[in-house]
Amino acid sequence: MSPKPGNESATLPPLAGRSGRWYSLRLEYDSSRTRSPWWTPILSVVLALLLCAVFIAANGMSPLVVYEKMFRGAFGTSYGFTETMVKAIPLLLCGLGIAVAYRISVWNIGAEGQLTVGAMAATAVTIYFPSLSSFWSITLMLVFGTAAGALWGLMTAVPRTHFGVNELITSLMLNYVALLALDYVVFGPWKDPKGFNFPGSPMFTAAQSLPVLGSTRLHIGLIFGLVAVLIYYLMIRFTRWGYELRLIGANPTAARYAGIHIKKHIIIVMLISGGLAGIAGMAEVSGVTHKLMQGISPGYGYTAIIVAWLAKLNPLGLVVTSILFGGLIVGGYSVQTIGLPSSISEMLQGAILFFLIAGDMIHRFRIRRSA
Amino acid sequence: MDFTTQLLIAAISAGTPLLLATLGGILTERAGIIQLGAEGLMLMGAVTTCIVYIRSGNLILALLSAVAITALLGMVHSFLCVTLRANQTMSGLAMTLFGSGLSAYVGKSISGIPLPGSLPKLDLAALKPVPVLGELFGRLDMLTWFSLLLVLVLHLLIHHTSWGLHLRAVGDNPATADVMGIRVQLIRYCYVTAGAALIGLAGADMVLAYAPTWNEGLTAGRGWIAVGLVIFARWNPLRALFCAYFFGALDSLGFRIQLLGSAVPSYFLKMIPYVVTILVLMYLGYRNRNKPSGTPESLGTPYIREQRF
Repeated sequence: MSPKPGNESATLPPLAGRSGRWYSLRLEYDSSRTRSPWWTPILSVVLALLLCAVFIAANGMSPLVVYEKMFRGAFGTSYGFTETMVKAIPLLLCGLGIAVAYRISVWNIGAEGQLTVGAMAATAVTIYFPSLSSFWSITLMLVFGTAAGALWGLMTAVPRTHFGVNELITSLMLNYVALLALDYVVFGPWKDPKGFNFPGSPMFTAAQSLPVLGSTRLHIGLIFGLVAVLIYYLMIRFTRWGYELRLIGANPTAARYAGIHIKKHIIIVMLISGGLAGIAGMAEVSGVTHKLMQGISPGYGYTAIIVAWLAKLNPLGLVVTSILFGGLIVGGYSVQTIGLPSSISEMLQGAILFFLIAGDMIHRFRIRRSA
Repeated sequence: MDFTTQLLIAAISAGTPLLLATLGGILTERAGIIQLGAEGLMLMGAVTTCIVYIRSGNLILALLSAVAITALLGMVHSFLCVTLRANQTMSGLAMTLFGSGLSAYVGKSISGIPLPGSLPKLDLAALKPVPVLGELFGRLDMLTWFSLLLVLVLHLLIHHTSWGLHLRAVGDNPATADVMGIRVQLIRYCYVTAGAALIGLAGADMVLAYAPTWNEGLTAGRGWIAVGLVIFARWNPLRALFCAYFFGALDSLGFRIQLLGSAVPSYFLKMIPYVVTILVLMYLGYRNRNKPSGTPESLGTPYIREQRF
């Protein structure tokens, strides 16, 4: 790197006897290199696989066998692949919501709770309006699910904008509240009387279920996800709103001076973020499980954070990473057949995130010999 | 034992892990580094304690391993946030995800196995006749005493020693501290590591004093409540004591109300600590809107020294 103007060191003679030794090497930070190279996400996945291989080996299993099992389970068969796509749908919707909020540095980690209340609101439609036509029932479920998720997002946004409360804590606390509310309804008022005492709502009728592709479990929630991605791309790229978001994201101070109402934007992005997670929840109950039950989400809301981050908020990247992480979840299930816990996929996700944030920074350093 | 004493004991027993984790968070954040990995660190501390205690039967070894493992994770967090200047929020989230995944993975083999023992309690026979305190003090275990001592030590450290002055300087204005010859990066490494170890100890306390077996996701968001408590306590150890016990009381109050045969479903009672966290934060935000909140001024901003020479 050429010496910067004003950097006097370039003109000073080197200290006697120090050049050329190993300890004269030093790390130099260049804050101007903000765009990380395209390969950092790929490298971070590889390194995470290597790190977790150590833990798997320490537990007495062969990492190669485990990873092969995971990969085959997720992508090796047509059943596995459609399952992966089924898992990718909520990840895509939640990840998109998180990406929208993160555009202006609003950290929504409450997608899990927003998804849960979305699923609950959709189920409420089936319980209180049991005999609607297919069209009305699906439409109403979609509206209710979105509204509930958005409301949950609003409950994070308003403390942030009007009381200065960190949205990370609020959104996470609301996750626990939503999960407890879910427990309450599935064990209590909405429990299926014919369900052999199993905690869960009655099964949805065919009219209350989303159409699926052929004989697979892949439902039209996929279309919701892809349409949402397309709208996200168009809105961010071509509208005044998207421009304002990009401006706030780039420089909030400048945006404020430019007269952009940041609080309003925080509320809007959290409504969108929560609404998208709510749609994901509605699609899960209506398209996959066909009833409300405990553990409706195996941590989709948390995985979606990594999906959004790994995709660098890029629409196409979101689609790719959702499928990858859908595969990771399905792969996690498939190792259960060889007696391993599915939390292996959660461990991998955390490790990927570690290497990713490190990789985003590491390329800004270069080793230089001190003069 | 009357209801008040019972509630007090329950509040302290539920509050101790919160207190330890909050103190760990205060140390980390006083040095200017956000600590959102508390949930993952607590889980790692808890699972390490369980595994080592069940396998070796040695309580001290179990506690030391929990501290060592979480200190190591603290160093990872410091490396990312201090040396690499990575995003502190994301690093904390990664810690929580990785910690909950790894703890579930390694804890699978010991899930549900009861621990061979619990924490030794101090025998204070001399205090027995004293009405409430005698009963109370006889029931506090060694980690509770340790946490009480720690509150005092940290209070003195932060506010009354030159080390504390350095710590506060590093958290408030690292550039000035650097000019004064304080080793900003070294101090940040030390306190982030020590803070992580304390949060790990909080996890150990959860399994030893509160829930005597390992279960996946055992902390149930208490790490996050501790993150909130750091803010309530305004980064102050003495306040942390009261905040942690207040939340400990809330936590156990739900359980007590249930035992008294309340008509309110237990799920709503379990929501109390989470909802109160949000409400208190909102109240504090409203009350302190024009006042300094006690936040270390450079919290969350990595320190980049301009090149010397």
